[in-house]
Amino acid sequence: MARETRSLICINCPLGCPLEVVVDGGEVLSVTGNTCKRGETYGRKEVTNPTRIVTSSVPVVGSAIGRMVSVKTASDIPKEKIFDVMAALEGVQMTAPVEIGDVVVADVAGTGVDVVATRRA
Amino acid sequence: MESRDIVIIGGGPAGLAAAIAAHEAGCTDVLVLERDVQLGGILNQCIHNGFGLHTFKEELTGPEYAARYVDRARELGIECRLGTMVVELTPEHVVWTVSPDRGVHAISAKAVILAMGCRERPRGALNIPGFRPAGIFSAGTAQRLVNIEGEMPGREVVILGSGDIGLIMARRMTLEGAHVACVAELMPYSGGLKRNIVQCLDDYGIPLLLSHTVTRVEGINRVEAVWVAEVDESLRPIAGTEVRYPCDTLLLSVGLLPENELSRDAGVELSPVTRGPVVDDALQTSVEGVFACGNVLHVHDLVDYVSQEAAAAGRAAARYVANSSSEAESQTEGTREDERCLSVVAEGGVRYTVPSTVYPARMDEKLLVRFRVDNVYRDRFVSVYVGNKRVWHRKRRVMAPGEMEDVSLKRADLEAAVGATTIRVTLEEE
Repeated sequence: MARETRSLICINCPLGCPLEVVVDGGEVLSVTGNTCKRGETYGRKEVTNPTRIVTSSVPVVGSAIGRMVSVKTASDIPKEKIFDVMAALEGVQMTAPVEIGDVVVADVAGTGVDVVATRRA
Repeated sequence: MESRDIVIIGGGPAGLAAAIAAHEAGCTDVLVLERDVQLGGILNQCIHNGFGLHTFKEELTGPEYAARYVDRARELGIECRLGTMVVELTPEHVVWTVSPDRGVHAISAKAVILAMGCRERPRGALNIPGFRPAGIFSAGTAQRLVNIEGEMPGREVVILGSGDIGLIMARRMTLEGAHVACVAELMPYSGGLKRNIVQCLDDYGIPLLLSHTVTRVEGINRVEAVWVAEVDESLRPIAGTEVRYPCDTLLLSVGLLPENELSRDAGVELSPVTRGPVVDDALQTSVEGVFACGNVLHVHDLVDYVSQEAAAAGRAAARYVANSSSEAESQTEGTREDERCLSVVAEGGVRYTVPSTVYPARMDEKLLVRFRVDNVYRDRFVSVYVGNKRVWHRKRRVMAPGEMEDVSLKRADLEAAVGATTIRVTLEEE
């Protein structure tokens, strides 16, 4: 397969570095334009197996902070599983007290990644 | 009257970072005033990730980032008065508060740090013809409804303005099952961060219509449709380009304005460009002993930068308090009027700088000057001239109005330029 250069915007942090990833077939030959190591990792992943962190909020009962507590996938999950994660959060409810890092859904949507709370409630 | 060394107005990311830094710099009599019943400010509803990479070298969500600062403030024993609204600030540093516990209560402060944040531009600030039906929300209101209240504002959505909150809400509403038809942006470039275009719009196939605006809102009780038209170079809608989008919700993400009602009361000079206070290198406003940081000073795109800036304001306020106590005894340190001051001039595509004045005798060895550009620029150099001497010259591949830039000034350069009265920050082609 021919060598091609793909232009990406790194989404790791708000700097949004413009990346150029050179791919040959399924192999990543180089990543340039990044200003940190995360950028290189993102560039490699984005052209082979794009992933995202999913964040949402779920109802909580008995908390002083209000009706909802915010949650996230503890690490990034395959991009095509985003809506599966959202579906798995449907109907989930937490009970106070909740600590940051408490597991909300273990191994969400078969990704091997937990959904955890991101706020005390 | 209650008397404190430093009173900080606002318990969001700026106020907390300022309080912690002031305390760590040796000023332990710090009071934070927060009108909400909890600390953290807007971060509580910013449940998305991407915060803290610069500060903590890890990727956090808004509530997690806030918790780091709330915990640290608690560790230091910093008093934070919640449910307390500041209604007036006088030029003499008297802070008038209202709260259920104390009623109307005045506090006299040696130094005040303004950290009130910003507000969203509302619909009333735009000239969109039509009735006033339900279903028109600012993006931040929608964010609060979905993330904090657990309510969906609507199901079929059009977003006007490509500010970051609008982009974040395009994704959030999509994840919660709504359909976002498009994001219309008046300017030929986005007002938000590039990463948010990628991960909030591109990931979900949501079109970003640049050089487009909403020309009409249909519906009397509830939004039934909005009309989106292309605009010409002078931003006027082009006849015949209107497209009708049936929808029940219109979100507005059309800019943030620093919230400076209290600053105005206190006689603080405001910049017509940022709408925030005009400050010197210590982030001190035109009123002695009143400092400003965070979004009340100028709207930031990264909370990490807010924290950095606020910490600088906290340290400066602590130094001011220490100096004013020693001054009472020995009269050693003079006022700002006695000292050499250089003004920072924004030119050639640079819209503004923070700070806008620098006192070489008082500044730290190095000073970060933040600025924004007025358009999208490719392959330009950012240059800084002290008098006629160029002290900074660095190439940037892309600069956009939505992204804050910075340059670093050295005290040695300013001291060496004897007689220079200005520092010019400008863009150059080579």
